[in-house]
Amino acid sequence: MGMTITQKILAAHAGKESVDPGELIMAKLDVVLANDITAPIGITEFRKAGAKKVFDKDKIVLVADHFVPNKDIASAQQTKLMRDFAREHEITNYFDVGNMGIEHALLPEQGLVLPGDTVLGADSHTCTYGALGAFSTGSGSTDFAAAMITGEAWFRVPESMKFIFYGKRQKWVSGKDLILHLIGDIGVDGALYKAMEFTGEAIADLSMSSRLTMCNMAIEAGGKSGIIAPDKVTLDYVESRANRGYRIYESDPDAEYCEVREYDVSKIKPQVALPFLPENTVPISEVTDIKIDQAVIGSCTNGRLEDLRIAAQILRGHNIHPDVRLIVIPATQSIYMQALYEGLIEIFIEAGGVVSTPTCGPCLGGYMGILAEGERAISTTNRNFRGRMGHVDSEVYLSGPAVAAASAVLGKIASPEEL
Amino acid sequence: MKLAGKAWKFGDDVNTDEIIPARYLNTSDPDELASHCMEDIDPDFMNKMSPGDIIVANKNFGCGSSREHAPLAIKTAGISCVIAKSFARIFYRNSINIGLPILESEEAAAKIQEGDRLEIDLASGVIKNLTKDETYQAQPFPGFMQQIISSGGLLNYVMSRQN
Repeated sequence: MGMTITQKILAAHAGKESVDPGELIMAKLDVVLANDITAPIGITEFRKAGAKKVFDKDKIVLVADHFVPNKDIASAQQTKLMRDFAREHEITNYFDVGNMGIEHALLPEQGLVLPGDTVLGADSHTCTYGALGAFSTGSGSTDFAAAMITGEAWFRVPESMKFIFYGKRQKWVSGKDLILHLIGDIGVDGALYKAMEFTGEAIADLSMSSRLTMCNMAIEAGGKSGIIAPDKVTLDYVESRANRGYRIYESDPDAEYCEVREYDVSKIKPQVALPFLPENTVPISEVTDIKIDQAVIGSCTNGRLEDLRIAAQILRGHNIHPDVRLIVIPATQSIYMQALYEGLIEIFIEAGGVVSTPTCGPCLGGYMGILAEGERAISTTNRNFRGRMGHVDSEVYLSGPAVAAASAVLGKIASPEEL
Repeated sequence: MKLAGKAWKFGDDVNTDEIIPARYLNTSDPDELASHCMEDIDPDFMNKMSPGDIIVANKNFGCGSSREHAPLAIKTAGISCVIAKSFARIFYRNSINIGLPILESEEAAAKIQEGDRLEIDLASGVIKNLTKDETYQAQPFPGFMQQIISSGGLLNYVMSRQN
């Protein structure tokens, strides 16, 4: 029996010829990641355990991205705890205000995660890096602390589900719409504990940005990881960024999958996930007259340059609806700079939007766009749980950047075709 | 290890934003986190529950964010165990790592009602419903997980193996 790409990567990191789904392994880690919310608990645990040094200062990545520039004294204390730790242990890849970005946009951009890697991150959206052909999964702070000490983590080798996408995408359909459609199909626990492998001609046709978006939301179906085997698009992306070697893996033709599903993308319209679960997805054509108070374009899901370009393309020459607040958040400093050069920032501001420094802020209801009671937002983020963006009686609708931008102009959830 | 308490019932897909909303994540102080435990799903929960009580939920408990603050809030609130039909994987892992006992049992999740008195034997995975006089069998923890718990969490386990 052949192996999936996930089995191959895990076997290589466990020092084994092969591994089977269900097997418990100890795997070496190439990257160990945490942020300003998850690192503090991990660092406290690290110290409590009496640990004196980290396993490799070059393989730990710490990013202040959730509540920075700090929103209040308490969050400033948390970030300082992480900053002090990074200095004490001379962590090479520590990112603070000025060079930070939203972690899951930043790490691929900086070439810190490469094909064939095994990554453990104390953030649920660590699954994003599967788009580079890496095994990458989210954990909590204690796993992160242990990994900082040993450079290893135990895993149960996941079974894999294969999702084959074929056909040609309709206009305005991006990776976000494909993954929302998929989550609508299998549900928020449809891939619980599983590796989700995305493949097929329609995936080959996707940009790196859209692929990162798809793998980013594997967790929203309960998945342990999302993964796309590297191809020319991947290699073009990593070649100029990589400062170390990497390995390309792909699934064997006779690899075992617990489930295979196929999607004809030519039939998928832009999607919207209604409150209060990402699985409540419907095509935009079924959403009528839902007025909005806020539109958010950004996050680790959709804050990349391609997302901003799509939004700007729609917003150019338009004013946003007077009842709507549009918040655009480029995910990293270099995306921000490039958006500036390309005139995208100007388009957002002229349309009546505001542009923020990179932050996770509103996505998790942290700051920078909190909703009041009864308010409603369309957002390119990843979760629409009750109270996710603010008051427990506010609502979040999820979409890709095209629908979010069009909705900002029309004041209600709408397709770009309606402009 | 034997646990006993009253059941508090929750539904499907209880997410970590409901267990501990992100507006409280500017701290990692366990007592502060515990004071807001389950606030966005049941604002009165902390007033109603007593130490030792048990949360019983349906499928996919703890989905969403990887915040360890969620199991930490539940544990510090005094909840002795969470029983669910299924758990989201990061929450499951985090609970073991910090020493919050959790058990998967479809039967228990379906049959237990709010207020039922429960008694749990973690070593065998047996859940007794004293109110209904029923017994449910959950999967007991595999050996290495029992070791993590008996060491007092993952970090102690790791450090004892390093030395």
